[in-house]
Amino acid sequence: MSDATIVVTNLRKRFGSTVALDGMSFAVHPWQVTGFVGPNGAGKSTTMRVILGLDAADAGHALIGGQPYRRLPRPLCHVGSLLDAGALQPSRTARNHLRWLARSQGLSDRRVDAVIEQAGLAAVGRRRAGGFSLGMRQRLGIAAALLGDPPTLMLDEPFNGMDPGGFIWMRGFLRSLAAQGRAVLVSSHLMSELQDTADHLVVAGHGRVIADASVARLLATASGGRVTVRTAAASAELVLADAGGTVTRTGPDTLTITGLTAEVIIAVLNRHQVTFSEVAAHRATLEEAYLELTRDAVEFRAAAPELTR
Amino acid sequence: MTGTVLNVDRTATTAERQRFAHLLRAESTKFRTVRGWVLAVLAAAAAIVAFGVGPSMHGTCGSGSAACAVPVGPGGQEVTDSFYFVHQSLAGDGSITVRVTSLTGLIPTDATGRDAAIGTRPGVVPWAKAGLIIKASTRPGAAYAAVMVTGGHGVRMQYNYTHDVAGRSGPVSPTSPRWLRLTRVGNAVTGAESADGSHWTTVGTAHLSGLPATVDAGLFATSPQYAATAGGVLGTAGVEGGPTQDTAAFDSLGRHGTWPDQSWSGTAIGGPDNADAQQQGGFEQTTDGFTVTGSGDIAPSVSGVSGIGTTITQTLVGTFVGLTVVVVVAVMFITAEYRRDLIRITLTAMPHRGRVLAAKAIVLGAVAFLTALVAATVVVAVGQRVLRDNGVYVHPATIGTEIRVIAGTAALLAGTAVLAMAIGAVVRRSVVAVASAIVVIVLPYLLAIAFLPAGAAQWLLRVTPAAAFAVQQTAVQYAQVDNVYTPANGFFPLSPWAGFAVLAAWAAFALALAAFLIRRRDA
Repeated sequence: MSDATIVVTNLRKRFGSTVALDGMSFAVHPWQVTGFVGPNGAGKSTTMRVILGLDAADAGHALIGGQPYRRLPRPLCHVGSLLDAGALQPSRTARNHLRWLARSQGLSDRRVDAVIEQAGLAAVGRRRAGGFSLGMRQRLGIAAALLGDPPTLMLDEPFNGMDPGGFIWMRGFLRSLAAQGRAVLVSSHLMSELQDTADHLVVAGHGRVIADASVARLLATASGGRVTVRTAAASAELVLADAGGTVTRTGPDTLTITGLTAEVIIAVLNRHQVTFSEVAAHRATLEEAYLELTRDAVEFRAAAPELTR
Repeated sequence: MTGTVLNVDRTATTAERQRFAHLLRAESTKFRTVRGWVLAVLAAAAAIVAFGVGPSMHGTCGSGSAACAVPVGPGGQEVTDSFYFVHQSLAGDGSITVRVTSLTGLIPTDATGRDAAIGTRPGVVPWAKAGLIIKASTRPGAAYAAVMVTGGHGVRMQYNYTHDVAGRSGPVSPTSPRWLRLTRVGNAVTGAESADGSHWTTVGTAHLSGLPATVDAGLFATSPQYAATAGGVLGTAGVEGGPTQDTAAFDSLGRHGTWPDQSWSGTAIGGPDNADAQQQGGFEQTTDGFTVTGSGDIAPSVSGVSGIGTTITQTLVGTFVGLTVVVVVAVMFITAEYRRDLIRITLTAMPHRGRVLAAKAIVLGAVAFLTALVAATVVVAVGQRVLRDNGVYVHPATIGTEIRVIAGTAALLAGTAVLAMAIGAVVRRSVVAVASAIVVIVLPYLLAIAFLPAGAAQWLLRVTPAAAFAVQQTAVQYAQVDNVYTPANGFFPLSPWAGFAVLAAWAAFALALAAFLIRRRDA
């Protein structure tokens, strides 16, 4: 815990009668990409705004390297953030947008040119940002986040609007930032975007954390040891139940078994000379793990109007 | 708590001061990198200059025309010196005494209909004057001292155009005559009055430096231009007025001292060459005295209805156009950030919100100040020349006044920019904020100048930020000159810097409110 760069402790916040944050707590560590997932309305963006000092929490606190954001002398050199790629003055060029940001931190224009290069915007730096596609705006937002060469990065839905090429670029880019020892917090409402990107996941729902674990552990928990057997033989159900498995018929010739590993199942079926065409240990995807964890939140979302703040 | 925003420099450590310098550079870069804003500010300057150097006003004062030559008084200021003078030479010390038994006159009829012919009716204007005068010479603008009865201000002792001392009040009539006396001893001229010719009261003493040994002394009558605001409830339709005259009956004339001339002569002093008989005036010797009829005034020269010409204030009439543009730009400088949530990036980079507002206010204030400074300098330097070439008489202003007008105009735009930005920060929505700022700042000025009756206009120019337009005032009000002292004629109810202080107070309040709100609100 001591190396955590962002520590969020028991944040609470209401917007009118709506509870946006209800005891949100987690920490973000260097050398890894932390995925911050949850359905829309789970409180991800609100948490990020509270971390950046934009919104005030009703209770709890968020610290960057042990300090509240507003206390940081040159904040962009501590945390680089991208909340909304559309937050631009459309008539200002990309380069000028970065120049005023650089001025505000006492950084030189050399740094501006470096991040323009890094974000792959060298060709369009002197074009008005108003004409940029969402993907290009995301790159400009990334450039702004990198301006102060910060040890911590915080990106809200950075994959939004990315074409497949940009998507792959972003994924590699985030991985490389973590590989440099930075702490990277990335939010998404789609687990698939984080599948091969994140090392650690913080799953949010109803304004609080419902899971906070490494990707490997989440996958193990979610698969739950289920094995699928494809067989036409009626005796299969009986012999597997006798062997101690819990057997559910899930199709005309499909059984799902829990309580027995695939190896044991194959041995039992062979011993009783039951023919089968397939025995498959279930490999859970992150998507399934996520859906299971956020089932309540999804139900909530279906029942109530979507909360976007 | 809001006070610390503006006191940042004083309380800050070196590091914090440097950080605030970063903020200023960031905000000024923001301003410079939006071409529309830069062009708008240049357009604002162009508007001020265009109105100033291309005025549509034309006059009849050709270059060198005597009609527009305004005499200059002993104090160096422009004066009106036009009256009918019945005079003799007085060598050395001496005195002159007279009784005034009536003061009557003619004033223009109120022309109620547009086609009604303007005639005259009996009456005297409040500053119709008749009495005794001792004058260095008959040259208009020469030093003088006079004691007189007036149409509505009782007995007065006046000298050298700007000095005015009140004596006994009340009108003069055959049943209530006034005795007047002027006594010269060296450079001192003392005016005295009496109700019965035996009990005298000194009204005042004038010390006229450089008064020659022999002066002109005698009786005078003069009556200034009549001026009144026309129109009724809904507003001023304009002003109406015209020349007036008065006639005073004098008797019991007595003199002491050396009076070398054998007879009285009558001279119309300072009237226009082509003046009609009414304006020329005249005198008539009666069995026991004189009646003297005159028209004009002996007073400081004023611009506007009762005077002639205009002031350099007129050349800066384009200020309100430039001001409107500056208001829009200043509001957009902050509301554009709210509109696109750019404010979140700003506050992420610069979390000290009060300082962000302070930096924005400084950048906008500086931009507006420099823009208006350049524009007003061009206008003041060139605009009055253009007006004079067009035959308009422009009252010259001292260099100090011109500098105050230029710097004041710059301060007016700077203060307005800060106020508009603060309104934008409070309201956060461009259209609402622009509309609010224009209603608060520009509209009162336009209403006061063009539409409202004088009372309402003056009230607006005391309490709204438009009061700061007073920084452009160059015309001076005198109690002893009746004029239409309205904003439309370049007269503001507050002094220049008091007017600016009203704007500064508004800006400070709005900025404090904005700083309070921006800290309390989620971004």
